[in-house]
Amino acid sequence: MYSEKVMDHFENPRNVGEIADADGVGLVGNPTCGDIMKIYLKIDNDVITDIKFKTFGCGAAIATSSMVTEMAKGKTLDEALRLSNQSVAEALDGLPPQKMHCSNLAADALHAAIDNYREKQK
Amino acid sequence: MRRVYMDHSATTPVRPEVVEVMLNCLTEKFGNPSSLHYFGRLGRRALDEAREKVANAIGAKPEEIVFTSGGTEADNMAIHGVAMLNQNRGNHIITSAVEHHAVLNTVKALGKQGFTVTILPVDKYGMVSVEDLANAITDKTILITIMHANNEVGTVQPIKEMAALAKAKGVLFHTDAVQSMGKIPVNVDELGVDLLTISGHKIYGPKGVGALYIRKGTRWRQSLFHGGAQERLRRAGTENVPGIVALGKACELAVQELDKEAVRLTGIRDKLIQEVMEKIADVRLTGHPTKRLPNHASFCFEFIEGESMLLSMDMKGIAASSGSACTSGSLEPSHVLLAMGIPHELAHGSIRLTLGRDNTMEDVDYFIENMVPIVERLRAMSPLNPDSEFDFEENCADCKISSSCHL
Repeated sequence: MYSEKVMDHFENPRNVGEIADADGVGLVGNPTCGDIMKIYLKIDNDVITDIKFKTFGCGAAIATSSMVTEMAKGKTLDEALRLSNQSVAEALDGLPPQKMHCSNLAADALHAAIDNYREKQK
Repeated sequence: MRRVYMDHSATTPVRPEVVEVMLNCLTEKFGNPSSLHYFGRLGRRALDEAREKVANAIGAKPEEIVFTSGGTEADNMAIHGVAMLNQNRGNHIITSAVEHHAVLNTVKALGKQGFTVTILPVDKYGMVSVEDLANAITDKTILITIMHANNEVGTVQPIKEMAALAKAKGVLFHTDAVQSMGKIPVNVDELGVDLLTISGHKIYGPKGVGALYIRKGTRWRQSLFHGGAQERLRRAGTENVPGIVALGKACELAVQELDKEAVRLTGIRDKLIQEVMEKIADVRLTGHPTKRLPNHASFCFEFIEGESMLLSMDMKGIAASSGSACTSGSLEPSHVLLAMGIPHELAHGSIRLTLGRDNTMEDVDYFIENMVPIVERLRAMSPLNPDSEFDFEENCADCKISSSCHL
């Protein structure tokens, strides 16, 4: 049911972990729903220089988290904000239909982390 | 890769002895049992013999057995048939919150057609209280349907006590014995039930065949299927002779080997439960600790999600199942676990391991060997831990994905 890319990111997730002195942290989801994603950002000159994630959820939740960290790394904040849940799913060669809604939140978590950073800059 | 199948409550492989008798009905005894000629008579005889075997296995008379397409049909047929024929006596049906959907959704559908439904709660072990049932029965109650053993947590219900209560009040009692058949004794007189469901593919028979026991004299009639006069007007449609013959053989073998196999499986199950609880932290056993099926172990692993565990286990050749939302096909975790008062986040981390004839003590070692690092890996990835203090809203409707959360 999952694409090879999803399984690869599930088996070998990129950028798992935390950043102790993160510049921005984003948290989305809810334990009740079965998916929680937390993204940590290190930002230098409006560019994402480091990114880590921690995820509670199914295979799709873990794979999308991993994929979004790969896609966002090295991007400017404005570029990163243009990444959508849809584009993350596409980069993984798609997700099963029932997963598109419940477990496809990685871009939301990224955006939440960027918002958190910008909030702190004010 | 080594393959360890621990999902026997989902389905079982068909035993070679069963395949053999089944094949014979596909090729040699292929006649339609309703036909007068030689070929028809061979089919009829095979059907009669199978009916006798199934009846013997549950302590019934052959004429009390009706063959169906499986457990779901038998459940639907039992409940609907009693409801339709007894409408003039009352319109109240009682069931439990942990039933299989074949029962729960059938009863709920009747609830939309003028019947009143009581869904009894369960305790933390998934057990229905006999006292609750006694309090729920009214003079309008016509049917009680409560499963013998639960598929998700293995808890065995006090059917004998509940059926006796029903009998004293003149209420019909149906039990879904799909999970208990072949694991613990299932005898219709011992249990005191009026209707009982079994399924072929849970007891090393093929998929697509089951049976409904209907005690002689029970106020029931076929109300769903219209057609020919097969099964003495109780189930229209040419009989699935190969499947039925296979079910007969599977029942015969299941009962013959029950005592020995139950002891063997209990030993493996207890080792499995003990090792999981000892070697992995923050795990809870779900279901009753002792009043459970001999082949059934089920757990909730904290801080991690069921599907992730299943995928990881599958990569190691281990087959199991989960009650997490991701595996239920809906966005809600198992209704059974929720009914037991297990919180959503814990229910998402449920794993069910159901043992069978092919499992050994070595399988438990292999499982533990692989499960310990799987849990470690997923927990290292999880933002949840004993100290996580996320400020989440209790209600899912308030979470950030609320728009899609309860589609």
